[in-house]
Amino acid sequence: CDSRLPLTFTPAPAPAPARDQFQEELVIRPLHSGDIYASFQFRTLWDTDFLQERQKKVSHYRLFPKSLGQVLSKFSVRELHISFTQGFWRTMQWGQPFIPSPPGAELWVWFHHTVSDVDGNWKELTNVLSGIFCASLNFIDMTNTVQPSASFKPLGLGNATDHRFLRYATLPREIVCTENLTPWKKLLPCGSKAGLAVLMKSEKLFHSSFHSQAVHIRPICQDEQCTSKAWELRQTLNVVFDHYTSGQGKKEWSLFKMFSRTLTEACPLASSSKVYVDITDNPELFELSPATHLLSRAVVLGDRRTYSVYDLTRAETFGQLRSFNLLLRWKGDNMLRPLLHAERYVAGFGLQTGEIHTVIYNNHPYRAFPVLLMDSVPWYLQLYVHTLTVTSKSRDNKPSYIHYQPAKDRHRPHLLEMLIQLPPHSMTEVTVQFERALLKWTEYTPDPNHGFYVGSSVVSALVPSMVAMSTNFTQDQPLFSSFVPVKEESSYFVRVYTEPLLVNLPTPDFSMPYNVICLTCTVVAVGYGSFYNLLTRTFQVDEPSPPLAKRLANFIRRIRGVPLLA
Amino acid sequence: MSNDFLQMHLKAVMSCLVIFLYKVHTTKAGQFFSSGHTNNWAVLVCTSRFWFNYRHVANTLSVYRSVKRLGIPDSHIVLMLADDMACNYRNPRPATVFSHKNMELNVYGDDVEVDYRGYEVTVENFLRVLTGRLPPSTPRSKRLLSDDRSNILIYLTGHGGNGFLKFQDSEEISNMELADAFEQMWQKRRYNELLFIIDTCQGASMYERFYSPNLMALASSQVGEDSLSHQPDLAIGVHLMDKYTFYLLEFLEEVHPASQANMNDLFKVCPQSQCVSTPGHRTDLFQRDPGSVLITDFFGSVRKVEITKDTINLTSPVEPPIQRSGSGDIQIESLTYVDQLPVAEIIHQKPKQKDWHPPDGFILGLWTLILLVFFQTYGIKHLKHIF
Repeated sequence: CDSRLPLTFTPAPAPAPARDQFQEELVIRPLHSGDIYASFQFRTLWDTDFLQERQKKVSHYRLFPKSLGQVLSKFSVRELHISFTQGFWRTMQWGQPFIPSPPGAELWVWFHHTVSDVDGNWKELTNVLSGIFCASLNFIDMTNTVQPSASFKPLGLGNATDHRFLRYATLPREIVCTENLTPWKKLLPCGSKAGLAVLMKSEKLFHSSFHSQAVHIRPICQDEQCTSKAWELRQTLNVVFDHYTSGQGKKEWSLFKMFSRTLTEACPLASSSKVYVDITDNPELFELSPATHLLSRAVVLGDRRTYSVYDLTRAETFGQLRSFNLLLRWKGDNMLRPLLHAERYVAGFGLQTGEIHTVIYNNHPYRAFPVLLMDSVPWYLQLYVHTLTVTSKSRDNKPSYIHYQPAKDRHRPHLLEMLIQLPPHSMTEVTVQFERALLKWTEYTPDPNHGFYVGSSVVSALVPSMVAMSTNFTQDQPLFSSFVPVKEESSYFVRVYTEPLLVNLPTPDFSMPYNVICLTCTVVAVGYGSFYNLLTRTFQVDEPSPPLAKRLANFIRRIRGVPLLA
Repeated sequence: MSNDFLQMHLKAVMSCLVIFLYKVHTTKAGQFFSSGHTNNWAVLVCTSRFWFNYRHVANTLSVYRSVKRLGIPDSHIVLMLADDMACNYRNPRPATVFSHKNMELNVYGDDVEVDYRGYEVTVENFLRVLTGRLPPSTPRSKRLLSDDRSNILIYLTGHGGNGFLKFQDSEEISNMELADAFEQMWQKRRYNELLFIIDTCQGASMYERFYSPNLMALASSQVGEDSLSHQPDLAIGVHLMDKYTFYLLEFLEEVHPASQANMNDLFKVCPQSQCVSTPGHRTDLFQRDPGSVLITDFFGSVRKVEITKDTINLTSPVEPPIQRSGSGDIQIESLTYVDQLPVAEIIHQKPKQKDWHPPDGFILGLWTLILLVFFQTYGIKHLKHIF
């Protein structure tokens, strides 16, 4: 239909050179147990200034999503990291992930040093993000927010790190489903219509052992000399497919089997679109087709790995059928031992006391290294800090730094941060006893018998690396190896999350108020009521009326004048 | 004489004709705006928690699917689901919610936005959404931003009884509260017309107490009757849909944006032979005749286009960005990344300066008590020795 609006059009000035670029990549890493780990990374780099230091307010958005840009400028955010995870990352079976995340939702934000009311900004930011990501992030409030004093240093550029501008919160109960994936996909420049994002079909992604989607925004260096900074928006999606549930038991994977789709084109807005397959253990472990000669070597997590690269911006990758499908077939088995591993559990019995045990394993044969353990426990588990013990190899291990902030009921959770030196090839155990609090009856959730969650502990460590890592920050590095900035060559930074805990609190019987009312009313009605009747009612003797035959007989007798019957 | 008579007749006929033509013209223009609404909103609520209430989530999602298909965008739909069935660990097919057995129709789909989920679905939040009294930091997707020309569809499903609807097994909303909420909406002119559908046991009791104008209500069962569920799926292990909403979904699948089906057809959905319970409806508060109300007035978002012949000036919104000056005033020293685990720095970290807070009530009270006791014991004359 034609529009009948005559328009007058002033000619626009020549469009400014685009200062934003978008890169997408998919890394596939076959795991030794037959499962497969796929990690999508989408990065938008934009040379602009959200915090309005020099320019006027940003109003024209091209590749960078407007909803996030407005959030950054309104709340003066320096760095934002948010992740939604379903499942738990099994470090012992799968190794280390490229970007770790705890189960549930995790949000940590560094605010700019010009912000005067950090708590107010934090509260509004969580509400706005809950609308953007369709998640219940509005449940983040002062009872589950902490301010770590040494963990979670900024991953982006900057020099001042005053921890008063950092806020960290987790929601271990948060469910991740298609309603969180839909707005996440809408933030991508090509949406889910072209490029690697066409593979993201929720029916396959959520039928997996582990699913995690995250958004990381931080300022990074634009070039080698690092004279100017640009904003980086990184959207990552990590998924581990289990060969029993989705692979039908066969150790054979293809893109079609994993995602029920094949790739047909790269995103037209992307400057680079690549698929990497980890072939370090090839050819003893598995075979890969279609073969490619493009190889890339990168040092990832302290290990030099080789990758086959498929460039989707080249037409020949798609072949005759205009569709790209990878096929991997397993041949052998091999075990992997990660260097750092942590787990956590609750010990004890009953509903009054308990003990939290956090166990950290250092599997390096001869090197010791420090780890920073951060624990954030909700206020209703009242920790007894005098029972805190740290033992390694059955001897006491005194931490070199302890920061403890006690909880305030209904106001603030416990925060415990410790810097522990792990001896080589050892197991370190941190135990602390607690007592469970009785909540007010309106504070219980509608399903209190499920239990209450305690967020994961975070173990941050500098693990010695087996190969030397380069500290130069180049633009050509694949995205998955350049997330954490490397400051020294001999060790790499890693973060390990433990399991969240599920703790039962003493739960009252919610039907008791109703029972009490019924019982009291019955007792009052029966007891008092009958007593009242006894005292206030008068009794009269009432003659019963004689039967009909007698009445008739009396009537006849009266007529005859004879005395009546009794 | 006859001439005059004829002339009078002619004049009368002419004027009648003119009046008739004028009326026809105005009714045509009148019909153009006869429904009176310019935008559509939908509030779809599922109030039940736990896996065995799968069917209530499937009910709500099937209405959501129909409403989206007929044109109402996500920004105009407030979807509240009290529990997550699609990614529940007991769901054998994750990220799906089926409405027909043998897994024929996935009503959850690939493009769904749930605004209130889990513990957020409470009576308080529901009433706040309806009346618009939300805290200032609530995002737009969680608000019902309707005006006096909005047609709103409200769909509730869950477990209910005579005069109440249960929310998440822990609280309930009564029919009087609901009627009062609608009256508040009317007084603030938050709706033009409102269609209320409820699929619970004894659902008709929920609309008995309505007293605001322009309300039409439908329920799946009368007072004293139970609404029954439709069919279980043996693979999933629970009942998938309720009977009333199942037949409602079948009816709505036939409706398309240009369809002329009206409310009388909707009242005939699921008669007692199919539903076992008797669906009821209430139209006495509604001003238009239900036969003239289209289904798409509430379930769809049919926009009316006004054509104008005026000229509108458009200016280019893109401002040329300020080019950064060369190397004059930019800092030349290179920026660095922060050390992620600076062990030496952490060990020698000074305890952070705590912000000074004025002493709180307990300390002040304690000191007042001490001073009072002191002056009580030793007398006020010692005051001058202190100050």
